Amino acid sequence: MRVAFLGATKGMGRALARVLAERGDRLFLLGRDVEDMERSAADLAARGEAPAGSAACDLARPETFEPALDAATAALGGLDAVVVTAGQFATQEELEQDVERARELLTVNFANTVAFCERARARLLAGGGGTLCVFSSVAGERGRKPVVLYGASKAGLSAYLEGLDHRFHAQGLRTVCVKPGFVKTGMTAGLKPPPFAGEPEQVARIVARAMDRGKPVVYAPGPWALVMLVIRSLPRFVMRRIGF
Amino acid sequence: MAASSNNVPTLSGWGRLARPGREVLSEDLERLTEGKVLSRGLGRAYGDSALPPPGELDVATTVLADRILSFDRDTGLLRAEAGLSLAELNRLYLAKGWFTPVSPGTQFVTLGGMVAADVHGKNHHVEGCFGAHVTRLRMRVADGRILECGPEEEAELFWATVGGMGLTGHILEVEFRMKRVPSPWIQGESMRVADIDEFIARLKESGPDWPMTMGWIDCASRGARLGRGILYRGRWAEAASAPAEPPKRKRRKTVPFDFPGFALNRLSIRAFNEAIYRTHVPAFKSGILHPEEFFYPLDKIHHWNRIYGRRGFTQYQCVLPESAGHGAARRFLELLTSRGGASFLCVIKDCAAEGQGMLSFPMPGISIALDIPVDRGTQELVDVLNRDVIDMGGRIYLAKDAFTRPEDFRAMEPRLDRWMEVRRRWDPELRLRSAQSVRIFGDPT
Repeated sequence: MRVAFLGATKGMGRALARVLAERGDRLFLLGRDVEDMERSAADLAARGEAPAGSAACDLARPETFEPALDAATAALGGLDAVVVTAGQFATQEELEQDVERARELLTVNFANTVAFCERARARLLAGGGGTLCVFSSVAGERGRKPVVLYGASKAGLSAYLEGLDHRFHAQGLRTVCVKPGFVKTGMTAGLKPPPFAGEPEQVARIVARAMDRGKPVVYAPGPWALVMLVIRSLPRFVMRRIGF
Repeated sequence: MAASSNNVPTLSGWGRLARPGREVLSEDLERLTEGKVLSRGLGRAYGDSALPPPGELDVATTVLADRILSFDRDTGLLRAEAGLSLAELNRLYLAKGWFTPVSPGTQFVTLGGMVAADVHGKNHHVEGCFGAHVTRLRMRVADGRILECGPEEEAELFWATVGGMGLTGHILEVEFRMKRVPSPWIQGESMRVADIDEFIARLKESGPDWPMTMGWIDCASRGARLGRGILYRGRWAEAASAPAEPPKRKRRKTVPFDFPGFALNRLSIRAFNEAIYRTHVPAFKSGILHPEEFFYPLDKIHHWNRIYGRRGFTQYQCVLPESAGHGAARRFLELLTSRGGASFLCVIKDCAAEGQGMLSFPMPGISIALDIPVDRGTQELVDVLNRDVIDMGGRIYLAKDAFTRPEDFRAMEPRLDRWMEVRRRWDPELRLRSAQSVRIFGDPT
């Protein structure tokens, strides 16, 4: 598989990139920090298939999207899949105290991620189809006290990916919307892990399988599917009382 | 990490003795270590080596910084970020015919930790400590600078860092030479040994033919059976005599909860040790072994430290020098058993030449490691054993220690002043500290 990968240097993206490279998929790395991507490229090369290259791509700067995807397509000789694990995170308290920060997070996680996906989707369809795998979050499942703003950005993203799946499935586009629960990464370091907290390697294996099968929605680790089933079915007056 | 009653987070070593402390994690070690007093890896040091000093809370936990930065398939030279675990290294490289030159008894350690403790393994009599195979380190030193050191560049800092328990600087990257192995399997032998004198003789005689040796001792037996146990020795199997397929990863069991405090008592320890000895049938075994079985028998059981319950445990590991003479190990075990120091697990290993690490643990002689459940008598037991070790001219292993008194460590360690001098040159105010360095070296709090 030829994969353009936005966000392979850290957290779940790092783990997923390793799983793909170790089984022989050829990656092209996209990200903000070129030097850091070189270190990740070396790591992947030591573990499996060496990445075909890397290019600067920043979700906060939409003008970088097109050149980055051009470079990936050229280096890989086409695209079979595009993975997006990049995104911003901040706690509800941080975002409430800084509206500008909240606006930026909403822009990056929703509007700009969608703009990137639109370009990626067009390229995949032009090549006859392919897989668009995007990391959303269980935080987008329902409006909740601890993740009002972050959750809203991910709710929008999940809704977009569902629509995309319906609209282009017949033409060969496979969208995989990944909804990780709490996963122990640098992003969540310092937060208290809830029960069912997962490891990035575990999530990576689940996601790689979902990509192979073209599974449109995947919860990872598994128990979060049940947790969210319960959360989605709770009446509003209950949600208003609990802290989750 | 459990929160104590007044909501101060606590952190502990593998022996589960908790202190106020909190792990801070990031993939970016350069940023993470800024302003921190100590780095921590996978937390397998038994005592307080990887815990913050009193007054500080945060330690920089390196485990997310785990990238391999380069690997030379011709020379085996590998460079990686300090948080890479030995388990991951083994998973990636053993099937390809490469192995770490030196492995401790668990693979749940980081490269940074292996350097900081200058770990040794079953092959100490052949390969020495891990530090002997390290070619370069990238470090953040106390004044904030980031620099490289090695045996030829800033050599004093390098050898003060190898075995320096993370107190000379944060280790960011490690470069070392991996070893080629003919197959990923072990050609091994194990045999019952009747007593401590036979044990030492067998270890010595096995050395020249077997690059890996160690023994398990039944510490509950006394008298004529004192120091009886099982000797293990092995070498990498030649490709022709090894199974064609690579070893599958072992499924691991886990201890799901803390055992109650009474579960480990003198009787159960005696029964367990008796069972291990008796069930080694026939008395001599030989065959092809799974590498994890051979190197990491305890890794099969996750959280095995929970069998000690909430009170925790400590490991006492000392080396008794050759100069102490033939009967040293016997005298030491007699002292232990006479004090009622029942040990669940006791491991014996012969050590060869001292490494260049200024505080590196091994020296020519016999190393003995004991797991001791912590109770009111533990401090006294450690004091008594330490006095014996001092008399014999031996020393203890800092990576295991939680109870040694500063005056006792000083009496064991004539190299301490030199190491302190180098450390102070790089860190005059002793900013980099651990709970252990405050306890043993008298660092400021």
